[in-house]
Amino acid sequence: MVSQEMRNTRDGYAAALLELGEKDPRIVVLDADLAKSTQTEKFKLRFPERFVDCGVAEQNLMATAAGLAATDKIVFASTFAIFATGRAYDQVRNTIAYSNLNVKICASHGGITVGEDGSSHQALEDIALMRAIPRMKVVVPADYYETREAVKALAYMEGPAYVRMGRPKVPVLFDDDYRYEFGKALVIRPGRDLTVLACGFMVHQALQAAEELAAEGIEAEVIDLHTIKPLDRKGILESASRTGKVVTCEEHSVLGGMGGAVAELLGEEMPLPIRMVGIRDSFGTSGTVDELVEHFGLDSRHIAEVVRGLCG
Amino acid sequence: MVIPVRRLEGVVLKEAEERELRNNLEKTAREVRWDIVRMIGLARSGHPGGSLSCADILVCLYFHALNHDPKKPDWRYRDRFVLSKGHAAPALYAVLAKCGYFDREELWHLRRLGSMLQGHPDSLKTPGVEISTGSLGQGLAAACGIALGLRMEDNPARVYALVGDGESQEGGIWEAAMLAGHHCLDNLTAILDNNGMQIDGSCCEVVSLGDMTAKWSAFGWDVKEVDGHDVLDICQALEGAVSASRPRMIIAHTVKGKGVSFMENNVDFHGKAPTPEEMEKALKEIERS
Repeated sequence: MVSQEMRNTRDGYAAALLELGEKDPRIVVLDADLAKSTQTEKFKLRFPERFVDCGVAEQNLMATAAGLAATDKIVFASTFAIFATGRAYDQVRNTIAYSNLNVKICASHGGITVGEDGSSHQALEDIALMRAIPRMKVVVPADYYETREAVKALAYMEGPAYVRMGRPKVPVLFDDDYRYEFGKALVIRPGRDLTVLACGFMVHQALQAAEELAAEGIEAEVIDLHTIKPLDRKGILESASRTGKVVTCEEHSVLGGMGGAVAELLGEEMPLPIRMVGIRDSFGTSGTVDELVEHFGLDSRHIAEVVRGLCG
Repeated sequence: MVIPVRRLEGVVLKEAEERELRNNLEKTAREVRWDIVRMIGLARSGHPGGSLSCADILVCLYFHALNHDPKKPDWRYRDRFVLSKGHAAPALYAVLAKCGYFDREELWHLRRLGSMLQGHPDSLKTPGVEISTGSLGQGLAAACGIALGLRMEDNPARVYALVGDGESQEGGIWEAAMLAGHHCLDNLTAILDNNGMQIDGSCCEVVSLGDMTAKWSAFGWDVKEVDGHDVLDICQALEGAVSASRPRMIIAHTVKGKGVSFMENNVDFHGKAPTPEEMEKALKEIERS
């Protein structure tokens, strides 16, 4: 059973920042007038001298973060995913990544689950954008604990990274003792019939789908693919070679995202049937989280249908 | 190579000292111009106009104002320089080589495959380059970040950034201006290479910059105007910035292509290399000057 306890991934981020900030004076946090939303405000209140609010200026946020990192700080730059990756793309590419600076872009409100604010605030291309930048690591954690541990791990990995978090609370999948392993395709439910790769908000949906399918005799192996770049080629190929079929699930466009990354790998190394659950080349729209998840076919019921189609 | 750290602040230089300083800096600037023209000529591509317009400014920075040690490019207490107008890389490379950050021979490989000297500054490839620039409108913000970082660690080092006038059409310059003004970043000095021209024509024709002194003042900066080819004028403005309680903007009035008659105020040489014949002509002209 998927846990009933719900928590925000953003809170995991804030917890990691406090822990890191306590131990290491090099930790600096920047935001762009969204500290209350991204939860960086907790760091701001504890360490005001190491927090900079750049105002409503996301491009400036990223270039300023680069400069801070050039003075040997470990910089966390936060805003909504749409602004961090879209509006400030050039700053992220040319000033942060090209200089290989220690800026960890930790963006909240990624994906369709932004909800009512609608398309202008729903980042559906951010993983594709960040994944295409050389030197950029891309992590999409699934729950509170995975976010907390991933952020702590990334703080001490050289170079830039992108962490995508969502707006809604999601079921807690791990616990306080969870040992995060960067770059690992984590099998969270073993199965023999097919491999379901999911990231972020879609991990618990995939687990629910797997439970549904098990009742019908279909055993899906569910992998939490928290690290999208670098991709765990070995781990994915190992599972896919056992099951022979793959479904990817992401709260993102199917163009260039996690599904795209997996398809590139399989296409080159192990061509086999693959289906992608995600947004089909469209903008988002306003609605409640539940409505949108169903509308765009991101719910467990739709995942189960896709799996049946592939296995049938 | 030892870089003398000379502070003019509060000191009235004797006439003889002044003359010596002027002669030294002007001689260095001539040599730097010669190198700029030759490296772009040999590369057969690059931006001579904006490199020549800022040559005197860069010489005053690296041979007078900056506290730095080419033998220790990572020295924690070094003053930092960010070339926000990254296309003037040849000027920066010529000055860095002259300081001893790398061998002058490298200059003749500018823009070639495998060269440490990229078309625009790359901090991972070139010793002395603090941060990669080239996409306009970002270097000043990076300089703000450096200024904030130094302030957080009580590091007395200063940050300097060179901004282009055409570059000032980028909104990012004004986002950075606002942030620096808000935080009273008194350890930051920006210099505007106000040569009045950009690729498509004069800045006035393309998109007017208006009253830059009023604009920067309105953003909370301490603004000073100088003749961008008068080395003493530049040095004094740089020194004054040390005691300013706000970020300082030095508006340096310059001439695009300065030092080569047929390049001066000639927009065609913004991003076009001289032909081999033009290069020889330009080098001779600089030697005679």
